[in-house]
Amino acid sequence: MAEQQQTSISKTVIKLVATVVFMLFFVPLVMVPLYNVLCEQLGINGKTGGRYEVVEAGVDTSRTVTVQFVATINDQMPWQFRPTVTELKVHPGAINSTVFYAKNPRDYNMVAQAIPSLTPGRATQYFHKTECFCFNQQPLAGGAETEMPLQFIVDRDLPADIKTITLSYTIFDVTEMVKKPSVASR
Amino acid sequence: MSAHHGPAKGFTRWLTTTNHKDIGTMYLWFSFAMFILGGAFAMVIRAELFQPGIQIVDPEFFNQMTTMHGLVMVFGAIMPAFVGLANWLIPMMIGAPDMALPRMNNWSFWILPPTFLMLASTLFMDGGAPNYGWTFYAPLSTTYAPPSVTYFIFAIHLMGLSSIMGSINIIATVVNMRAPGMTYMKMPLFVWTWLITAFLLVAVMPVLAACVTMMLMDIHFGTSFFSAAGGGDPVLFQHIFWFFGHPEVYIIILPAFGVVSQIIPTFARKPLFGYDSMVYATASIAFLSFIVWVHHMYTVGIPVAGELFFMYATMLIAVPTGVKVFNWITTMWQGAMTFETPMLFCLGFVFLFTIGGFTGVMLSLAPVDFQYHDSYFVVAHFHYVMVAGAVFSMSAAVYYWLPKWTGKMYDEGMGKAHFWISFIGFNLTFFPQHFLGLAGMPRRIPDYALQFSDFNMMSSIGAFIYGASQLLFLFNVLRTILAGKPAPAEKAWEGAEGLEWTLPSPAPYHTFTTPPNVK
Amino acid sequence: MHLQAKRLSKLALSPVLMLLSMLGTAAWAEEAQRWQTNLTPGVTELGAKIYDLHMTVFWICVWIGVVVFGLMFYSILTHRKSLGAKPADFHESTSVEIAWTVVPFIILIVIAFPATKTLLEVYDTDDADLDVMITGYQWKWKYEYIDPNGDNVSFFSNLRTGKTEIYNEDAKGQHYLLEVDEPMVLPVNKKVRFLVTANDVIHAWWVPALAVKRDAIPGFINETWTKATQTGIYRGQCAELCGKDHGYMPIVVNVVEEAEYKNWLNEKKSQAAEIKALMSKNFSLDEQMAAGKEVYDKSCAACHGANGEGGVGKAIAKSPIATGALATHLDVGVNGVPGTAMQAFGGQINDVEMAAVITYQRNAFGNNMGDVVQPIDVYNFKQGK
Repeated sequence: MAEQQQTSISKTVIKLVATVVFMLFFVPLVMVPLYNVLCEQLGINGKTGGRYEVVEAGVDTSRTVTVQFVATINDQMPWQFRPTVTELKVHPGAINSTVFYAKNPRDYNMVAQAIPSLTPGRATQYFHKTECFCFNQQPLAGGAETEMPLQFIVDRDLPADIKTITLSYTIFDVTEMVKKPSVASR
Repeated sequence: MSAHHGPAKGFTRWLTTTNHKDIGTMYLWFSFAMFILGGAFAMVIRAELFQPGIQIVDPEFFNQMTTMHGLVMVFGAIMPAFVGLANWLIPMMIGAPDMALPRMNNWSFWILPPTFLMLASTLFMDGGAPNYGWTFYAPLSTTYAPPSVTYFIFAIHLMGLSSIMGSINIIATVVNMRAPGMTYMKMPLFVWTWLITAFLLVAVMPVLAACVTMMLMDIHFGTSFFSAAGGGDPVLFQHIFWFFGHPEVYIIILPAFGVVSQIIPTFARKPLFGYDSMVYATASIAFLSFIVWVHHMYTVGIPVAGELFFMYATMLIAVPTGVKVFNWITTMWQGAMTFETPMLFCLGFVFLFTIGGFTGVMLSLAPVDFQYHDSYFVVAHFHYVMVAGAVFSMSAAVYYWLPKWTGKMYDEGMGKAHFWISFIGFNLTFFPQHFLGLAGMPRRIPDYALQFSDFNMMSSIGAFIYGASQLLFLFNVLRTILAGKPAPAEKAWEGAEGLEWTLPSPAPYHTFTTPPNVK
Repeated sequence: MHLQAKRLSKLALSPVLMLLSMLGTAAWAEEAQRWQTNLTPGVTELGAKIYDLHMTVFWICVWIGVVVFGLMFYSILTHRKSLGAKPADFHESTSVEIAWTVVPFIILIVIAFPATKTLLEVYDTDDADLDVMITGYQWKWKYEYIDPNGDNVSFFSNLRTGKTEIYNEDAKGQHYLLEVDEPMVLPVNKKVRFLVTANDVIHAWWVPALAVKRDAIPGFINETWTKATQTGIYRGQCAELCGKDHGYMPIVVNVVEEAEYKNWLNEKKSQAAEIKALMSKNFSLDEQMAAGKEVYDKSCAACHGANGEGGVGKAIAKSPIATGALATHLDVGVNGVPGTAMQAFGGQINDVEMAAVITYQRNAFGNNMGDVVQPIDVYNFKQGK
């Protein structure tokens, strides 16, 4: 009787420990990637997709969408960084390009990473970047300045009520991060 | 430890014990000590907020106080208190000789004191204790944290480990060690609520562990889970934290529901109304707790469809919670009530918890929450459910089962005084905080604009009264143990039902070594 | 529950209030604010809708409360053993239990309709007349008015309340902790879209009267909107714990007539152009000393004393910083001293003012360094040269 009880207790414990282990790894290994996918699909935090392959679909000249550009410089980042134009009026379907100005005022080489974020969130899936400086880390020699290109298409299927899209870039100093590659660089 | 040896002598008894009653007692005393410590932090907060301006502590230390108050109360006081109750009561309620895993039981307790010692020691470290709020949002808790954050993470890991071991033990006990005839639907509600709580703990404590591990990796190993610079996302932190955090809220309150469901029938001298619906309501609340977490983060910029889903899901929680309140009141209906201290605390619980529930419904509405969020209205709301919910029910439980535990009766007059002073102090503290929040006072600020002065002063006075009343509680319990009058042989209460009341008082060191037969 | 108690508390306090109001009608408005117990409907249509929703749900809760607590207290008062009550025996009733599951559910559905409608409006940021970008910093706000032609106006908004008020050395002013050096200025009756982000940690921009609260998240951008229908000054605070001075980063929004707004914006633009012009100018020692004294008296004297003798802050006279390397001195002025009351003034005063005040500190109070700091020096220092 007592032995039987011991076995059934052990079985319960094994199941529970398995649940604990499962949940422990479920979060970083399943929930995090799932979250990133959901973000791109639903536009959470205005996260935009990666490089877009151009699909020829024609330009919709019947309407105009205003695309605004804003820039934020994160905390200790000393760079100058700004859009060269604050807004473009574009037709859905057309390929548009602009450049962002950046300057490294320090006397040593630095590496920056720009993080895009777009609002309104439901516009993200209709905003395609064919070329962007945010796809890669941007190194810049001490004292150097540069113009960083951005090329994008606003999808023809963009909902009619969205008339203004704001694209924000925040620039982070990743010089240190690049120096010591992380164990699980993401 | 068999009966002819009896418990070991001195400190070794407590260090090596595997007896569920000893471990329960240690949990209860430990949690009371933490309650006093967390309460002391709260007194510092309220003293600083007594008047506008900075008088007692600087803003940096104030943030450490709010953080430590939250952490100590949630993880050190309330959770261990209910684990202590579970240890004492679950074996006695289901007719088992002890917990299923007695040695692990010893471990899950003894992890806690060093853990909290370590957490408290961060107060004396360079850069100070955690100062990023008990919700420790990244990047304030990662890139911008004081060095003590590593100790904080380690402490969270250990608390989580203790909770997980405790809940595995409870599930294993309830599932496997019920006396013959004690079917699931005959179990006392306290056992039911704890069983469901334990499942919640097993599901979400690992999530918290994963969350702080990811923080640790971000801080020390160069990952960027929560930092936008490396492709991560600080909002992801909030999703993970609240995926743990919302079930955590029910982990705290469900055992309290259990306690109240035991005590009200006793003093109404009438069986609990709607036992089955109580069980189903508890299970529904537990289920819903997994799909409502975003209501803590309505303002972070969730797409409108998501916002609507989480708003509807959150509103739904009112249904099972309402069922519980209606059941308790119907249990009292046409009973023959008496109003000893445990009953008073339970009535206080039903009344104040329901008010907390109402503000909960208000908070669930996303558009209005844009105004309530992170204001004192939220502080008032969760103290109505945490203090008037969890702490009141704990006080009720201690008075109710103290005669069984010690074989002695507490002083009824002092108990009632404790209730009334607590009740008045509590309401004086937290009721005006609703007003403060609605009038626009943000939470977690050390200093405030002049128009908030009067209600803050009231609130501080109330807090001092509430704090002082807990010393009366401590005195009453100590006096009972040392010089209380003997309690009635078995049933301390006329209307008490359940296996624990078939045992002599005080309950012998070993009980139900042969399982009782439950009809 | 809430309002009943609120009414009661008001009733109890009313003699006090009346007495105080007799002291002067001006005091009345202040008193009303002082005892404010409810949400403000604010000055926007959306805010009024939110307020209505809040009150609707509140009254529903009150009525449920009256019924539930009524039954509870009736039972407590009458079903007592001391009154000879005999306990009944019932312990379940399927129909009653179904009823009290279904009825709350229906009530919730009724509430969900207006809530959904209002939420959709909160999210409707389309067709704004004006875009303002809000960036949260530890511990101040930066406002940037986005101009389609690239002529953006941007400035920082800092707490104006002095340390002496906070540390109880001076009497606290009427708008203690809710006053800033430069408020946000908005035109009345215009839909303003806010783009909200942060520079370091998470902040939240909250102005109750404008019915706006949004988290400012580093790396990501959020949007929200408001449309004030009355001119006036509206105050708010950061709502998300953001570190030590979370309680000290207020928000002040000055809503004005459109013409006044345009004047203000043009003035801001010409100010910016002026500073740009001054940047390339070389000032003499005398010019810098005169200009520097003005800045010193406004921004430094409160802590460092009118004659540099020190106070809350260290003495400037004969200080190793003011008589030491210029780079260190600039660093203290621009970046502040972490962990002390010395704030980073780099974002608070412009480079022209900074150059003047540093020159002044190095040459006044018996510090005879003789060097003249030019605006371009401050600019270069900030750029890391």
